[in-house]
Amino acid sequence: GAIAGPIAAAVPIEREPTSYEDITSYNNFYEFGTGKEDPSRYADAMTTDPWSVQIDGLVDRPGSYDLADVLKGMDIEERIYRFRCVEAWSMVIPWNGFELRALLEKVGVQPSAKYVAFETLYRPEEMRGTRSRVLEWPYVEGLRLDEAMHPLTMVATGIYGESLLNQNGAPLRLVVPWKYGFKSIKSIVRITLTDSEPPTSWNKANPREYGFYSNVNPEVDHPRWSQASEREVGAGIFASRIDTLMFNGYAEEVASLYAGMDLSRFF
Amino acid sequence: MSLSDRINAGLRRVPTWPLYAMGALPPFWYFYLGLTGGLGAEPISALEHRLGLLGLQFLLLGLAVTPLRRFAGINLIRFRRMIGLLAFYYICMHLLTWLVLDIRDPARIWADIVKRPYITVGMVGFLALVPLAATSNNASVRKLGKRWRQLHWLVYPAVVLGAVHFVMLRKGWQIEPLVYLAAFVILIVLRLIPRPPVVRRSARA
Repeated sequence: GAIAGPIAAAVPIEREPTSYEDITSYNNFYEFGTGKEDPSRYADAMTTDPWSVQIDGLVDRPGSYDLADVLKGMDIEERIYRFRCVEAWSMVIPWNGFELRALLEKVGVQPSAKYVAFETLYRPEEMRGTRSRVLEWPYVEGLRLDEAMHPLTMVATGIYGESLLNQNGAPLRLVVPWKYGFKSIKSIVRITLTDSEPPTSWNKANPREYGFYSNVNPEVDHPRWSQASEREVGAGIFASRIDTLMFNGYAEEVASLYAGMDLSRFF
Repeated sequence: MSLSDRINAGLRRVPTWPLYAMGALPPFWYFYLGLTGGLGAEPISALEHRLGLLGLQFLLLGLAVTPLRRFAGINLIRFRRMIGLLAFYYICMHLLTWLVLDIRDPARIWADIVKRPYITVGMVGFLALVPLAATSNNASVRKLGKRWRQLHWLVYPAVVLGAVHFVMLRKGWQIEPLVYLAAFVILIVLRLIPRPPVVRRSARA
């Protein structure tokens, strides 16, 4: 069943949302293979019910939370966000979900916490892509606490009013719209509050190419390709690239988080 | 008659011109698929990748002709020029897709060529193929004589650059491009195996 709520787009978007078909068939989820169609083909094998999330570290109420416990009291709303992959393609996605902040407040963040670490399910028998060592498993990601508490940062449970499909990171995934897509970790099984910067999968795999922050930035290129422009998924074979926006178009909301930081160093 | 003899006898009856015509079709077919949704949500990159891959596959097939003859007795030498020219054609279409459909902006194209190693590598590989395609006609073979063989040695750096280009453009170390690079290495190693000394067949008693 769908977990949907009132429609409340957080930031106006001048682009049409990407089709449901494209959002659910063109994915990066290396646990199911490196091809774009692999996740939609193979992610069905993942069991998402029952599901629980281990929340631990510097929190007042650590523990293993069932999905229903995580969702209890959460205000599920629709937010239409731009989604920009580090590979220079992009979508516009109508997510359903709640602010991560609400969940963190529910479990009680201790004053010494500075970062939030996330972990994706790692179940090789259901995730054929993990048999290849293309990344170190399980997939891990992280945010600075102020990024995690930002009102744009959400935990998604659905798309277009439908529950998330496995290829999109069911049943719970992070959405950080001003960062490259790989920061928005899928199928979360663990959230840990820490006082030091947690390791992140792509940074471990190639620190020269993928930084901890990975904010969308048209002025800081990936070493192997330009980040100045992007292709709109679903726009067809004659569509030209469009310019990539600073912080993926959310500069007004998030630029202050990085005031005084050299973004070419903290990329 | 051995299997390879039978294959060779069959191959001798195959004319090359229909194969050229058939070989010319895939880019048009892919383009049609891209127009009609058959290449998925990102048709431009799918077209780019399919054409590049086809070019690399034909380059490797071209390098397989000599070892196939030596180790399996199958003689594809009549088709080698066609294989090479089709590879060059696919790579031209791959490049054209990138230039015309993908990047479009000449300043960005130049910036990519000089700034991004995998594009630089791919472009150098392409440039190495140009003189080979240009001298693939009989007149050039006659005119250049011994130097023709020396010139066509360029195919080795061209293929290795193409294979490395493929490895470099993927995120992380992915298996598929490494398989192509390994195929190249195997085809080279097979060439390095010393030939057995020529034994003159004595006249039958």
